[in-house]
Amino acid sequence: MSTSVPLGPVIDTTVAPDAARKVGDLTPDLLLTQEHHMCPGCGEPLVLRSFLEALTELDVAQRSVAVLGIGCYTSFGMTMDVDLIQALHGRAPSVATGVKRMLPDSIVFTLQGDGDMVNEGLQEVIHTAARGENVTCILLNNGVFGETGGHMTATTVIGQRTKNSLEGRDAEYHGYPILIGDLLARLDGAAYVARGSVHNAGAVARTKKMIKRAFEIQRDGGGFTFVEVLTMCPTGWFIPTVDGPEYLHDTLGEVHVMGELKEGGRIKSTEELYAENVKRQHEIESRLAAGGLEEEA
Amino acid sequence: MTTIKSRGTVTIDVETCKGCELCIPACPPRVLTMTTSEVNGVGYHYPQLHPGCTGCAACLFVCPDFCFEVFRYDEPVLTTITAGPQ
Amino acid sequence: MTAQEQVLMEGSEAIALAAIAAGCRFFAGYPMTPFTEVLEHFAKHLPGVGGTCINAESELEAVGMAWGALATGARAATGSTGQGLSLMQESFSEITLAELPLVIFNMARGQQDYFQATRGGGHGDYRHIVLAPMDISEAVELTQLAFHLADRWRNPVLVYGDYLTAHTRQAVTIDRIDFGGVPDKTWALDGSTTGTRASKLVSPLGFGKHGHPNPGIEQHLRKISAKHREIEQTEVRVESGYLDDAETVIVAFGTPAKFVRYVVQQLRAEGERVGYVRPISLWPFPYAAVTEAAQTARTVAVFELCAGQMIDDVRLGALGTAPVVGIGGISTDGSGFGVGPLLDAEHVRARILAVHRGGAGAELPRLPDNERTTG
Repeated sequence: MSTSVPLGPVIDTTVAPDAARKVGDLTPDLLLTQEHHMCPGCGEPLVLRSFLEALTELDVAQRSVAVLGIGCYTSFGMTMDVDLIQALHGRAPSVATGVKRMLPDSIVFTLQGDGDMVNEGLQEVIHTAARGENVTCILLNNGVFGETGGHMTATTVIGQRTKNSLEGRDAEYHGYPILIGDLLARLDGAAYVARGSVHNAGAVARTKKMIKRAFEIQRDGGGFTFVEVLTMCPTGWFIPTVDGPEYLHDTLGEVHVMGELKEGGRIKSTEELYAENVKRQHEIESRLAAGGLEEEA
Repeated sequence: MTTIKSRGTVTIDVETCKGCELCIPACPPRVLTMTTSEVNGVGYHYPQLHPGCTGCAACLFVCPDFCFEVFRYDEPVLTTITAGPQ
Repeated sequence: MTAQEQVLMEGSEAIALAAIAAGCRFFAGYPMTPFTEVLEHFAKHLPGVGGTCINAESELEAVGMAWGALATGARAATGSTGQGLSLMQESFSEITLAELPLVIFNMARGQQDYFQATRGGGHGDYRHIVLAPMDISEAVELTQLAFHLADRWRNPVLVYGDYLTAHTRQAVTIDRIDFGGVPDKTWALDGSTTGTRASKLVSPLGFGKHGHPNPGIEQHLRKISAKHREIEQTEVRVESGYLDDAETVIVAFGTPAKFVRYVVQQLRAEGERVGYVRPISLWPFPYAAVTEAAQTARTVAVFELCAGQMIDDVRLGALGTAPVVGIGGISTDGSGFGVGPLLDAEHVRARILAVHRGGAGAELPRLPDNERTTG
């Protein structure tokens, strides 16, 4: 919409309007409080909302167990109204395995960052996937150790500046990033592998669908499911919060390409995912212009 | 004289807002602006709504602090303005 | 099997069956000599009772899996050889702080893991109850006790065995032993409290859910430390013999303690004033028993199959009232996994007699070398 259209007066947004339908909730049911300890502009709470809403919508909440890794998101453990085990850095997939073997009818999922899962605990997630363990691993991938203040991880893309790659990640010096979703998709034990993102509303909505799909497959005993979500860390990237989504899309998003990497036994190529994403973005833009996105959820 | 049609509206919990501004560019009709002088209890500027909301919920989807509730009107609300941009 | 029926059984199988008799339904481990057969027998026997045994891809993962199973309230265990347990130390520390009742089996290469077992290689203020059986029938009992104590205290318990515990055979009876009740596992989670505003949190970090008691890490650590002081007061287990007039007291644990006890009995029959102290719990260590023995002894000798680790605790117990000397030493087979030539009643006897006759400063017989070294 053109910026030349004049803005009207500020509307009172402190009270809910009369004669209107609510189409979106403030806080997911499975949160004890909407407050959290994340920095301004952090993408992680958007993923939190997505998986909590997915559990509620699938009506599996009261048999759900979460296993948290160590990172900024660890503090979600205090506010998520979910039976929860705090694991060590990198070790959540094994803990989830132990839970699932004892409680086969439960929905067990891990929440881990890229430092946790792809650096410290890479073998854990790979073995859990290869075993076809019927759990869901959710990766919050922002390409940095956010909690320590923005250091390089195994998923940091070439050229990305971090506190210990100040001139940008250099393949010659630092090596190459691991595309964990692509790696896991190759394993026979992995039933569903998807990569979402939270760089805009459409991506958030799509990410939630991916998480929901993963939980559905787990509920139906389908095997290992994995949803990676690219998220913003403006604090760790040293950029203004408002620039986070674009930076995410243009740096990490160009390398870790969004989409369903493996579904129904079929592995998709990066080119295929790219093409899908372009098509989708057109669709979403036209739907937003037409009025709404909430049907996506 | 311009008449602006609002098909929806939002409530904003400004006290939990951390002023990240993600909602500003995310709003397709561009009817959210940040305050420039007012701040909330912890010192952050926060978004405010102008007429023209479509109730699309994009702000809700991108808000990391769960500040928005989104509503749709059955009948659009019309606002007539006489001046240019505020 | 029926009550009182004795079966000739390898130690590793007896341990697995004793664990299952105690209600263990989950085991995860990674093969390593001489522990491997314990894993084998769990893999063989657990599915038959509705349990699960996972051949974990690493020790790090094995202990993590046990962690998850424990959080659901199941009796669960892991194990390895000391080297593999080194890899698990980070989890051991955190599992202790999360107050989960893990049982750990160490089928050690000799007695080189005393420090690891009683001090640990992990971080922070944590302690494990450590039980050291001297033979297979005692391993059957202590394995079951381990599960009981783990649940009673919500604290890991380690069973310290070795090559002989795991690989020799003995006629044993495996009946469930009733050690009394344990607290209800109200902390265990199964997902059913999700979304109830009373969801559960199993965490080593000391924080609570929003709106619920949140002691914080400092109070949490103090609480666990206080629990460990209480365990020290109540869970000491020790056997001793012939201490009344003993001039020389030998302290030994595990399999070597059985050799020491045998030799002491022999020497007593010959009129020598020797006695022994056998710590059954290595932590809490039976300091009081050592203190008492040292009051009347001329010499306290420690026989252990390592360079000298438990001797530190014996010295703490003796409190300087009697000289404490090490009469054991490093002795392995050619592979380093099994039993060295020192673990032989003749060598044990010669070394005890040397200090018994010559006192703390006596020269000890030369340590026997294994064939590979001499050959």
